Amino acid sequence: MADSREVAFRGGGFAPQAKPWVGVLVFITVICIIEYGTRQGIISNLTLPRPTDVLATFLDLWRSGLLWSHLLPSLSRLFVGAALGATAGICIGVLIGLFSLIRAGLVPLVAAIFPIPKIALLPLFVIWFGIDEASKYALIAFGTFTPTVVATYGAVDNVDRTLIRMGQSFSLSWFSIVTKIVLPGAMPGILSGLRISLAIAIILLVAAEMLGAEYGIGAYILEAGSLYDLERLFVGVTILSLLGVLVSTLIGYTEKRLLSWRG
Amino acid sequence: MDLQLEQIGHRYGDMAVLDNINLDIPAGKIVCIVGPSGCGKSTLLRLIGGLEKPSAGSVVQVGEPPAGSFNPLTYVFQDFALLPWRTVEDNVRLVLEDHPINKTETNAIIHDVLSRTKLIEFRHAFPRQLSGGMKQRVAISRALAVKPAVMLMDEPLSALDSQTRELLLDDLIRLWCREPFTSVYVTHNLNEAVRIGHSIVVLSRRPGRIREVVNIDLPLEQRARGHIELDRQQTHLWNIMRDEAIAADQELLSG
Repeated sequence: MADSREVAFRGGGFAPQAKPWVGVLVFITVICIIEYGTRQGIISNLTLPRPTDVLATFLDLWRSGLLWSHLLPSLSRLFVGAALGATAGICIGVLIGLFSLIRAGLVPLVAAIFPIPKIALLPLFVIWFGIDEASKYALIAFGTFTPTVVATYGAVDNVDRTLIRMGQSFSLSWFSIVTKIVLPGAMPGILSGLRISLAIAIILLVAAEMLGAEYGIGAYILEAGSLYDLERLFVGVTILSLLGVLVSTLIGYTEKRLLSWRG
Repeated sequence: MDLQLEQIGHRYGDMAVLDNINLDIPAGKIVCIVGPSGCGKSTLLRLIGGLEKPSAGSVVQVGEPPAGSFNPLTYVFQDFALLPWRTVEDNVRLVLEDHPINKTETNAIIHDVLSRTKLIEFRHAFPRQLSGGMKQRVAISRALAVKPAVMLMDEPLSALDSQTRELLLDDLIRLWCREPFTSVYVTHNLNEAVRIGHSIVVLSRRPGRIREVVNIDLPLEQRARGHIELDRQQTHLWNIMRDEAIAADQELLSG
């Protein structure tokens, strides 16, 4: 008789699963390794600051009240700039998606603006909008605008055409088709575009504050950097990371609310 | 309201898709259109409902649509075309929102069509929660809600498995018997055609021309599965179509 054996399992994998604590664990492990390394002298103080020192610096900043005087202006710059850029980006993106003439006219322009490092234009914005808040808003808005436009018109293009034909076959008005079929259909793409746009907004926030800002996370980091004060530098960077996580969480929450139909 | 197709011809660029189609669609009857794949039957349906413009000829509407019809020419699509972000009820509501009717009337219509398709208890469900057959019943209720003069059905059962198809075909026949509607029903399934068609139009392969029109006089409610007369007609249809289908199968799509 031929020998028999069980058929080996070879499926599985390639299916991401939620493992919420692993991420936290990785963070803690990395921080512990750095802490251990700096205490043992394996990592010199010039290479990396000791995590506990960074924490102490942060607590100092908090107690002195300076945290809020740096954070609040930054938050308001981020909010105003990103709101302006994202709103304009979504509007223009939808227009490009809907009208061929606007697409033909603006897509090359957007493609030309997209790769320009917006930081390089900062002096120009200072001349146009002054050294005050307006130039910072403009820089952040401009940087948020282009990725939002590209994501939005891509999302509008990807709306299922059969749904639009369906709307036309029931003689829905143009306005109804746009507001009830195109915009909700484009919403997933627009929101995932915003994730990228808002991360870029945080990067540009720091860039904007490195020029002519007395207060703000960017100014704080710049000052720490020029003094080679690694503890304060890392406090600033950590705040930025947390800001990024916060923004990402907010978008995740919005997705849950607006896209609950995806199940 | 009747529809008349007068010398319809259609081409995409250099490729002729339909040629000289003359056809009457009388009120209260179901006209099936069958033909080998790629013969332009779905294109013909889009031309009839005005979703595409014929290159030649015209579709003429004879008489007025019945009073209270919101959308005289109404489609049922093969892939259902339901909005995934709207519940069953709101998918039906969508097609009523642009019409000047108040909320009570709208709700009454929704309730009526959903109960006719036995979907009342699922009215708050989202499309993703429904089976294929249920989704198509939602699409049929949505079509009924606008009180169409002619229902244009584009392979409405082709995306469904065979059991569901059988059940839904019975549902369609029951709906028609209760309240006869006019319909153009495109299908590639000859059994469906002989079960639900008052007349069956056989198209040739591309460019689609009318090969033959078969009339079946047996009333819809008597057309049980496996009826001898229907089997005979189905065999007859298949004999007409077989050679066309073989030839169509061997053509290149781009050719």
